[in-house]
Amino acid sequence: MFRRALTSTSILSRAVAPARSVQRTAGILSLRGYATRKYTPEHEWVSVDGQGVGTIGITDYAAKALGDVVFVEIPTVGTAIEAKEQVSAVESVKAASDVYAPISGEVVEVNDALGNEPSLINSSPFDKGWIAKIKISDKGQLNALMDEAAYADHIKE
Amino acid sequence: MTVRTAFRGCVSVRKLLSQRAFASAASSQPLQRTALYDLHVKNGGKMVEFAGWDMPVQYSGLGVLASHMWTREKASLFDVSHMLQTRWVGKDRTKFIESLVVADVQALPVGSSTLSLFTNENGGIIDDTVINKQDDKGLYVVSNAGCAEKDLAHIRSHLQTFQNKGGDVDVQILDDVSLVALQGPSAAKVVSGLAGIDLRDFGFMTARHMNIKEIDVYISRCGYTGEDGFEISVPHKDVVKLTELFLDHPDVELAGLGARDSLRLEAGLCLYGHDLDDTVTPVEGGLTWTIGKRRREEGGFLGAEKIIPQIGKAVPRRRVGLVVEGAPAREGAEILNADGETIGKVTSGCPSPVLKKNIAMGLVKNGFHKQGTELQVKVRNRLQKATITKMPFVAQQYYRG
Repeated sequence: MFRRALTSTSILSRAVAPARSVQRTAGILSLRGYATRKYTPEHEWVSVDGQGVGTIGITDYAAKALGDVVFVEIPTVGTAIEAKEQVSAVESVKAASDVYAPISGEVVEVNDALGNEPSLINSSPFDKGWIAKIKISDKGQLNALMDEAAYADHIKE
Repeated sequence: MTVRTAFRGCVSVRKLLSQRAFASAASSQPLQRTALYDLHVKNGGKMVEFAGWDMPVQYSGLGVLASHMWTREKASLFDVSHMLQTRWVGKDRTKFIESLVVADVQALPVGSSTLSLFTNENGGIIDDTVINKQDDKGLYVVSNAGCAEKDLAHIRSHLQTFQNKGGDVDVQILDDVSLVALQGPSAAKVVSGLAGIDLRDFGFMTARHMNIKEIDVYISRCGYTGEDGFEISVPHKDVVKLTELFLDHPDVELAGLGARDSLRLEAGLCLYGHDLDDTVTPVEGGLTWTIGKRRREEGGFLGAEKIIPQIGKAVPRRRVGLVVEGAPAREGAEILNADGETIGKVTSGCPSPVLKKNIAMGLVKNGFHKQGTELQVKVRNRLQKATITKMPFVAQQYYRG
């Protein structure tokens, strides 16, 4: 049942193409030349700006699976982090989930708003529910991540 | 991202989302389904493996948090048909069951129920159970789904010995009945409305036969949420109709294992296999109150010679309640004293939807179990403040007449 629900059009379309945010990203991108949102198989996303800073968070699909998020453990600014290392944790009533860094680098900013309002992860996973910004040390790692279409296929499996 | 829940070990989110992953993790045997399986699926139940059963952890309509609050404010219907229902008959049934549990079953009035414990020779708890003196011919006993096989093997081996010695007793598995729990402040009004009877004289921890819209049920006023409510044993053939009758009431929603777990933890109720296991004695488990007065004097249950001397004495460890600052402490988290010495571990934990604080149960070394004791718990290698807190965390609302 749940599997069926997740592959339903409405959820996929939200996970894959939140129209407004894509348009806005596209606007920024056109100024800077290139940028994109990439995904891990474990449902983290990273969106890279022109300065080589990646904003990370968890996907709509993951947020939905977790249910109401009631606590987010935010990393400390200045922490050096390796790709696939735990960078954060997201807790709902029923479960604790470790969040891994999609890319290596240094944490340069964190989303303090999640301290008071962890539910931003549910209401706005790709925007207001971002977790941290990482100054990327190896942009090559981005090539190993999935793009929008590959991730859409991944969660359809 | 990796998810840890009370219902399994540690798997990726994707696996959390796929019911087949639960099945393969548990065993190669097909999962058992309750008579309400189709109703769960129809209502958006997210089915997960639990103790060999395919059970709803939550429904698409309400998240765990919303379902939890709904139960505290209105009423929720839980399918608990996976639990083991048995009837114990024969003129020596009381003597036999008392050889396996700590309760004074003899003193139990007809119709009344009590929480009790199956113990082993070492004084550990095999399972917790509710025993009801159903009538003058038999006992109605409900125990955990997760312990069903183990309980039955234990009961069977002792039953055989008892029968061989000429004891008149038999234990019947009630496999023709489902079990549903209706829990919450609206539960009584819903049952009373459907059955057309006044429930004011229906005491907490008593049970009776009842006819609800031409369905014969055996209904107990008890539960596992801390709320007033009922557990209703009903023939498989009638359970869908009964459930639909309940769901027709605007105050009733379906709830799954997710909400059941956070509700019982707020109410300070143990979950076997987590807060209790076969190494924890009734005294360590904070369940000395379940040992009847006569039983303390006479013994006669498995492990009595280990358990009785522990009563009122310092035992190696104690089950306690904790309020934890920062991130929620989940099962397995280390508990340390103020000096950083490990003194126990968390056995259940979650954020409390009602209190908006993190609550937990754990086993700690004797001496650190007093209310208000300041301790620490380790969550993802960070130490967080934890304070021993009296349970229940949220006041129980049982019907007291």
